[in-house]
Amino acid sequence: MQTNQLFLIFCSVLLLLGLAAFFVGRSKATRVRASGTSMYAQPDQYAWFTVVATALPAVLVSAVGAFIMLVIGSEIPTFPLLLASLVVAVVGLSVGMMLIRSNFHARKAIERVIVWTLGGAATISILTTLGILVSIIGEALSFFQMHSFWDFITGTTWAPGNSFLASAGRGDGTGAEFGSVPLFAGTFMITAIAMCVAVPVGLLSAIYMGEYAPPKVRGVAKPMLEILAGIPTVVYGFFAAITVAPFIVRVAETVGLDASFNNALAPGIVMGIMIIPFISSLSDDVINAVPDSMRQGSLALGMTKGETIRDVVVPAALPGIISASLLGMSRALGETMIVVMAAGMRPNLSANPLEEMTTVTVRIVAAMTGDLEFDSAETLSAFALGLVLFAVTLSLNLVSVIMIRRFRDKYRVNNL
Amino acid sequence: MSDSFDKISQQLKSRHRKSARLKYISMGALALAAAFLLVFFADMLNKGLPAFQQALVNVEVNYSEEASTNGRAAIDPEIMSVVSRSVVRVIPLEMRNNPDLLGTTEKRWVLADGEVDQYLKGNRVRLDDEQKATIDQLVEEGQVDLRFNTTFFSRGDSKMPELAGIMSAVMGTVMTMIVTLAIAFPIGVMTAVYLEEFAPDNRLTQLIEININNLAAIPSILFGLLGLAIFINFFGVPRSTPLVGGMTLALMTLPVIIISTRTALRSVPESIRHAAFGVGCSRWQVVKDHVLPLAMPGIMTGSIIGLAQAMGETAPLIIVGMVAFIPDITASFTEAATVMPAQVFTWSGEPDRAFVEKTAGGILVLLAVLIALNASAVLLRKKFERRW
Repeated sequence: MQTNQLFLIFCSVLLLLGLAAFFVGRSKATRVRASGTSMYAQPDQYAWFTVVATALPAVLVSAVGAFIMLVIGSEIPTFPLLLASLVVAVVGLSVGMMLIRSNFHARKAIERVIVWTLGGAATISILTTLGILVSIIGEALSFFQMHSFWDFITGTTWAPGNSFLASAGRGDGTGAEFGSVPLFAGTFMITAIAMCVAVPVGLLSAIYMGEYAPPKVRGVAKPMLEILAGIPTVVYGFFAAITVAPFIVRVAETVGLDASFNNALAPGIVMGIMIIPFISSLSDDVINAVPDSMRQGSLALGMTKGETIRDVVVPAALPGIISASLLGMSRALGETMIVVMAAGMRPNLSANPLEEMTTVTVRIVAAMTGDLEFDSAETLSAFALGLVLFAVTLSLNLVSVIMIRRFRDKYRVNNL
Repeated sequence: MSDSFDKISQQLKSRHRKSARLKYISMGALALAAAFLLVFFADMLNKGLPAFQQALVNVEVNYSEEASTNGRAAIDPEIMSVVSRSVVRVIPLEMRNNPDLLGTTEKRWVLADGEVDQYLKGNRVRLDDEQKATIDQLVEEGQVDLRFNTTFFSRGDSKMPELAGIMSAVMGTVMTMIVTLAIAFPIGVMTAVYLEEFAPDNRLTQLIEININNLAAIPSILFGLLGLAIFINFFGVPRSTPLVGGMTLALMTLPVIIISTRTALRSVPESIRHAAFGVGCSRWQVVKDHVLPLAMPGIMTGSIIGLAQAMGETAPLIIVGMVAFIPDITASFTEAATVMPAQVFTWSGEPDRAFVEKTAGGILVLLAVLIALNASAVLLRKKFERRW
């Protein structure tokens, strides 16, 4: 019999057992109560307790069995395993029935199970992070066994060449160079351009919305920025490649410069626009959280409104603004679709934003979409790049969290 | 005395001018963002709206014996140069589905070639003058016409631009989102309930909290690497399927749902909990019967926003292989599928001019869905907003 058919049968039998447990449990509890003894819990709670007692051990047994099979390979046949869990379910049902007594706290017992389940759900986020770490570090380590870590960090040539042939048994894969410096240079160049667009525009619009705008303008501007934040990155990428890049090439021609169609400027600018809402909404929250007494004090001393904003409000909100910018920067570093569609594929160590450049995320996608063996050096290099990306963005996020916490503690704001 | 007074009033004037300047600069920044949004939407509409129209040719179709194997034979060879090559496959298929057609002839509208379509829309094409003359003549006779493009909304991807549609991507998106929600919603809400209502304040829960905030800020492409390494290589989930795509996106959406659910739970006032405890409810009964129902609108809003985010995501799906070429509409969670943003990405890589239009058209559909989702979240929030 097919495994999934077996599984289906198992599930339906378990469901039937659970249903039976519910009704049998409830009728027994009702009977006990009708006989005049006062009970600790309601009949329905006893019924649910029997259901839990039936299903939980069975599910646990099959889950543990499945996990063991996965780890050590298929050594436990499926059929006996599922049969065993069903036997456990029947045993659970009878134990559950036996426990229906007047002095048994069914409600407490169920709730303990519920709280454990909720707590189990909460650990999934930790498992996700662990999963990211283990998978990326594991693959990255096997990459660093083939290529030296030092060359990866300091090398200035990224040329995977035909390293994929090595794993197919043709060629020896020598001559492939994995120096990540040009990739990181490209990434930082595009990120820098993005920040040059996003920080001034985002911060100034937050200042306008927080300090000047009448409520009506605010009511329009906030959702407008939210729309900007809701546009998928693949759409931004298309816009950068089809509209912005040719425009930049034309402008560069008119002033006598030579620009590549895959220049770094187009994805940089569009990425900056993408980040505006992150910076403006967080800055707006922070500026609103600066206590009004500070503005009043400044105005009372005869400062103009502009001076108050420049010399009092912005410096007070600075930790929050820095935090917003760092968060925006971490977004820009990890952003993929815009650069995949609008930046180039060729690693290029250059300071000219009109030239073609490539980024870390572009190389990751390039390594993952080819028809490569999974254990080829090029595929594994994607994990090494991912590891560095993870480390950089994680530290930026942490610094950002520390900055915002400092601000929060200073002014005792709760909602940041 | 009056001298220094003048000096001060001069200074004051310049200070006020400076102050006003800041106001106008900051107003300009906001206007710049608005201008970008306008330019962006105008550009997308301009490029994408033509995709909703498609050229059709009115031709005599001869359902002959020969046409049942080669659809090309059904159409007058002279006209064939303006008709889509798709008839080669479509007409035999129709004849197989409806055997009565054999031997009949019929004057009907069929898809025009992609190049003809582009020519009618005024774009540059690779047609020679003779072909252009044929088309102009057909237009004059009313035999070629631009009509609403039903193909685009009813078919899957194709290498022929006139036959390419977004339906398989839409179905793939729907199935991927079902998986995403089915995983992320219960786990997210359970996590939030645990952290907000049950968790003791110890190292473990603090670790979980910090971790959730960090997960929300990890680049999405790393989730793709996780999906590839754990789900595909370790657990053996089939590649390119809504199942693996949905699972990967679920892990990404989880922090969004957790954070918004916690905010919603926190906004339920303590007095409600006290009242419920007062009548003898246990902690779980308080949460289940009182706090959760009151927080539900907030939870829904957050989940819709998380769903919209997941729907627009492409990078992790590329890594788990959901950029496959899918001409048929996917019907199973373990079959290869593609999603709307991935379809947009695939089309954007096609060199044909007609695919630029398809890409922009697909983007318009995607944006329409996302804006509708976000708008419904805003409406939900407005409708159920409650001041305690």
